Amino acid sequence: MRTTTTIAAIAAATTLLLAGCGGEEAADSEASSSLSMSDPWVKSADDGMTAAFGELANDGDDDVTVVAVTSPASPMIELHETVDDGSGEMTMREIEGGFVIPAGESMTLEPGGNHIMLMDLTGPIAAGDEVTFTLELSDGSTLDVEAPAKDYAGANENYEEGETDHDMGDMS
Amino acid sequence: MTTGDDERRPQLSRRRLLMGGAAAGVGAVAAVGVDAVWRSSSSPAPPLHGDETVSFHGTHQAGVTTAPPAHATFLGLDLRDGVDGEALRRLMQILTDDARRLTDGRAALADSEPELATVPARLSVTFGFGPRFVERAAGTAARPSWLRPLPAFGIDRLEERWSDGDLLIQVAAEDPLTVAHAVRMVLKDSRSFATVRWSQTGFRRARGSERPGTTMRNLFGQVDGTANLAAEEFDRLVWIQEGWLAGGTSFVMRRIHMDLDEWDRLDRDGREQSVGRRLSNGAPLTGTQEHDEPDFEATNSLGFPVIAEFSHIRRAHSEDPDEQILRRAYNYDLAPSGEEVSDSGLIFGSFQADVDRQFVPVQRRLDELDLLNKWTVPIGSSVFAIPPGCGPDGYIGETLLE
Repeated sequence: MRTTTTIAAIAAATTLLLAGCGGEEAADSEASSSLSMSDPWVKSADDGMTAAFGELANDGDDDVTVVAVTSPASPMIELHETVDDGSGEMTMREIEGGFVIPAGESMTLEPGGNHIMLMDLTGPIAAGDEVTFTLELSDGSTLDVEAPAKDYAGANENYEEGETDHDMGDMS
Repeated sequence: MTTGDDERRPQLSRRRLLMGGAAAGVGAVAAVGVDAVWRSSSSPAPPLHGDETVSFHGTHQAGVTTAPPAHATFLGLDLRDGVDGEALRRLMQILTDDARRLTDGRAALADSEPELATVPARLSVTFGFGPRFVERAAGTAARPSWLRPLPAFGIDRLEERWSDGDLLIQVAAEDPLTVAHAVRMVLKDSRSFATVRWSQTGFRRARGSERPGTTMRNLFGQVDGTANLAAEEFDRLVWIQEGWLAGGTSFVMRRIHMDLDEWDRLDRDGREQSVGRRLSNGAPLTGTQEHDEPDFEATNSLGFPVIAEFSHIRRAHSEDPDEQILRRAYNYDLAPSGEEVSDSGLIFGSFQADVDRQFVPVQRRLDELDLLNKWTVPIGSSVFAIPPGCGPDGYIGETLLE
């Protein structure tokens, strides 16, 4: 799992999300109050599958687990990791137990790494569209994120389950 | 593979220690182990030019009255069929986000070369709208009367590949690698909305080669741009005051080929006569310092004007104080072809509140008579509306597109 220090996360985070980084904010014990997502974006696609990325930061004292993500853009969304399949080839697969962001740390969702996989788009996502995601955490709390869509030629990792390439997004 | 801060920070400190070592006169051999010395000393490393930024946000877009950096690339884009106002809003939101981050020294979203974004080097990204952009965004009523191709001039030999365009993106910085990366990023994000019609790259003196504020020289060797607008005139003559363009301006871009081979045949006196200024320092032929006012009445012993009737500065000069423009030019120098040894010229750019009122009368006089026309040929011409700037939550073009 890719993690970086809190300092890195803060440096990358947008100011809006920095508000509660004092550390001792015990008043609200929901996990969503200590989790933020900065620089979210989703790869544009006409149909089929695509993926969303960004930086998840946990500035709380307890680990936070993202167990599921929902969005109007796709009825089925999975949390994926990219791993070495043993032969040196990187493949992606659904991560067991969700994304765990340890206390005070952050996790980068990026092409070639962990990502949010939209399995079946309800309609085209064009560059510049804003896509809403709801992150569901293990304690039942949620975090809403608005991610702009960008054209992106990469993020074409292989799927562990299949033999063929699955393009995460259909660039036209 | 890792991109965490723990990876980046040592690189930064290595860069700083090299600079610090050089400044302290430490030789290359001694540089080994300087790391420890630098870490223990509290003296700050000298600042790098590459870290300097130009604020993207404001009433006006950057890149207009901003001191011109050494390198610039101008992109002229054609909108794809079917790109309507809604799509243009998405496009400008994406491009604004790219520009906002890159000018701040941060990678754009989905930047596949984020390491190239860490040296802003006074990067500015400026957007301009051509007639078709404005009409697709908000209809013909939104198009200012001056937003159209310039009237045809007799000296023009315009080529389509250097002319017109729906969207202008001016990318400028002190570092050409910074410019190239920003150009790549904005073009990738424009690709599903527009195609590249032209790309024009220009240069001035490198940062630090001359004192800041020195008037540039063109490839004829002339001091070019002495009689430029003063800052106190910007509100009156550069910035538009009303409508969706309030806080914006207009941009005329002319690609002017300069025939260096023919120019070589002209002696020094002839070169100075053609312009009316001295080559040495740009002083008018009636003065000694660059910024001396030209005396158009002065005559020589034969009774002829010292600054000739056909000279460039006499023809460009106007008695009307409104007929002035803010010039911001760059040189270009491409690979020669055939028997040529040069394919060079000037990317002439001028900002003004009203093209028809300020630019066209001056150009008309130069078209009628200007000895310089013998060696210069306009081969490209475009006019763009430069919308106002935006705040941290806004985007360029919002006054037109919302």
